[in-house]
Amino acid sequence: MSILGLLIPVSLAMGGLGLLAFLWSLRNRQYEDPKGDAERILTKEWDERPRP
Amino acid sequence: MTDVSLHPNGPSFSACPACDAAPLATHLAARADDGDVVLSLPSVHCASCIADVEGALMAHPQVRQARVNLTLRRVTVDAPGLTAEELIPLVEGAGYEALELDPSALGTSAADRQGRDLLMRMGVAGFAMMNVMILSVAVWSGADAATRDMFHWISGAIALPTVAFAGKPFFVSAWRSLRAGRLGMDVPIALALILASAISVFETMSSGQHAYFDGVVSLCFFLLIGRYLDYRSRAVARSAAAELTALEVPRAFRVNADGDEAVAVADLLPGDLIRVRPGSRIPADGEVVEGQSDIDRSLLTGESLPVAAAPHSLLSAGEVNLTGPLLIRVTAAGRDSSLSRLSALVEAAENARGRYTSLAERASRLYAPVVHLLALVSFIGWFWATGDARLAINIAAAVLIITCPCALGLAVPAVVTTASGRLFRRGLLIKDGTALERMAEVQTVVFDKTGTLTMGTPRLQRIETIPEAHRPVALALAQGSAHPLSMALAKALQDAGTQPARLEQQVEVPGAGVMALWQGQEVRLGRADWVGANAGTGALSSSWLRVGPAEPLRLEFVDQLRPGARDCVAMIEASGRKVVLLSGDTSAAVRDIAERLGIKDWQAEVAPDRKAQIVQELGTDGTAVMMVGDGLNDTAALAAAHVSIAPATALDAARVASDIVLLGHDLAPVADALETARKARTRIKENFAISFAYNIVAVPIALAGFATPLLAALAMSISSITVTLNALRLR
Repeated sequence: MSILGLLIPVSLAMGGLGLLAFLWSLRNRQYEDPKGDAERILTKEWDERPRP
Repeated sequence: MTDVSLHPNGPSFSACPACDAAPLATHLAARADDGDVVLSLPSVHCASCIADVEGALMAHPQVRQARVNLTLRRVTVDAPGLTAEELIPLVEGAGYEALELDPSALGTSAADRQGRDLLMRMGVAGFAMMNVMILSVAVWSGADAATRDMFHWISGAIALPTVAFAGKPFFVSAWRSLRAGRLGMDVPIALALILASAISVFETMSSGQHAYFDGVVSLCFFLLIGRYLDYRSRAVARSAAAELTALEVPRAFRVNADGDEAVAVADLLPGDLIRVRPGSRIPADGEVVEGQSDIDRSLLTGESLPVAAAPHSLLSAGEVNLTGPLLIRVTAAGRDSSLSRLSALVEAAENARGRYTSLAERASRLYAPVVHLLALVSFIGWFWATGDARLAINIAAAVLIITCPCALGLAVPAVVTTASGRLFRRGLLIKDGTALERMAEVQTVVFDKTGTLTMGTPRLQRIETIPEAHRPVALALAQGSAHPLSMALAKALQDAGTQPARLEQQVEVPGAGVMALWQGQEVRLGRADWVGANAGTGALSSSWLRVGPAEPLRLEFVDQLRPGARDCVAMIEASGRKVVLLSGDTSAAVRDIAERLGIKDWQAEVAPDRKAQIVQELGTDGTAVMMVGDGLNDTAALAAAHVSIAPATALDAARVASDIVLLGHDLAPVADALETARKARTRIKENFAISFAYNIVAVPIALAGFATPLLAALAMSISSITVTLNALRLR
């Protein structure tokens, strides 16, 4: 059962990482325009290089 | 919900999400920069529209950033030194309609902060729930002794801060309702959260078998989903309603010693001289000093025919000047104007409607005392039977958690969100959360005529009354005027393929008509007395045409029906509801429309306060009345009705007084909305029944002391999911 000592911190860290990603997406206003973002992914405009 | 901001913002993290939330929310809300121009784009709908609009704007060298928000159909432009007037042609050049929005009227930052705050708390609760559940699965599947205690401790370390942070909206609202001496839905929620957390900590410390950390956190999560859905449906409606207001930038032209000056309508004082151009709305009550014109009063009185205005005529704010420029001396502005006096009527009527209790309120009123009583009874019963206080408290906490209104909290918001989404796609904007429920009770529908059932634009009744030879003359005369009857005549003749004749010395005499010379003969189109005809006792709006010495010709016009009006009335009557037509217009015009639509119950020449009175009288025998109207004369009636709808073309005051705004031209969605509202109410009741059924099964188990954290978590999740799925059937 000593593997728990490793697995629990790992699972908690992964959960924490998910939470941080969520907070980051919130800070970047990614929930402002769900409909627009769903359409934007279809354009080819920034396929070659990222938007400056 | 506000405008997208355009300035880069590097993410940074702190160890404590709670410390992050509040300052972050304030920070984000303050970011809608003052320099940004916001334009409304009613016609964008796809990925290439976004690229077109952004590309057209970015091509301008002074534009630093342009970003389209497709959800709100807006574009925010960061262009220092450029104004909306300079940017609109760029967008229109790309083929999209663009309208200026008044950023101060949008002012959604406070509500926006609330939404972001709820979303943040929901996210935190969601992630905490996942982690606690992972640990709980181990406990449920048989971890014991030291392992179980350790898992409980870790769960507690995650759950307690989460509950403190994510549960804050419930604690605050519970405290507020307790201080007001009420038992709202949030009191049992807050009590369950606190009691269950405390019991779980105590059990963990004494190596107990059951800890409810998972239940507490998932309770927070599910309830926050309900809160967020509820917030979203209100915010979408509010931002769209604010957008309608922001489209009207109120300005007046004041005449000073050194010329005209554009001022805000709010700054006008009695005694000011203002100039009102043809085609614009009169900004304040006043007396005509100079000029002659025709005035469209349909929004104020419901009259479909324009009236003449000459010096010394009295005009009211909200009327539209049609043909000639007018110089007006203001007699009353702002608070004293007839517009504001009407809005006082509206407020009085609205207070009466504020007493409506929603289904959710009625359910929670029944529910809260029962839950507390059950928990208390189980505590007393078990303490009396076993004498074990720890066991008794444990069971009481289990009862509180099991009965907690997870599904109940989702039952209404989930249905309202799907129903208003469905109606929004059909062009109806729900401004008030309880409007759908109230609409489901409607038995009588009252319509206004001008601007609601009709478009407010006239149509030539019979083109055959004009001899072939005179049609080119009539068309040429009609094209020279902006009067609605002339425009209708011109359209009818053009549709019949007439080419305009060549006229000389054409002049428009405001308030009278148009005259010109044709092949040496004088030709006139206009009012009966001016043309030299006997007006007679015609029922319909009419105009007269005289060519040379010939006998004047009478041209009759009828009001054009709004598309879908016939279907709408027929569908409402087919569903067994009563349709009534109330109008301020003359009885001949009203009878004509009533006959064309098949409405048996109609009244004409009804004054505004009488309208409100009739609506109230219709409602006295217990049947709910829905009012559909657009004019200022309808505002009091709109507010007095059980539920009300105004078209987007209505005056601001009428839109404010109504619960639902009809965005398109077509009236048919109104009948559809009644049907959707009825279905939505059925779904809400089904949802209450579902959550009640879960409680019927689960409460005896909890009372008997067989409830485990696993059972609580299962009951909570399954009931929440069933309720949501049932709501989605409305789509």
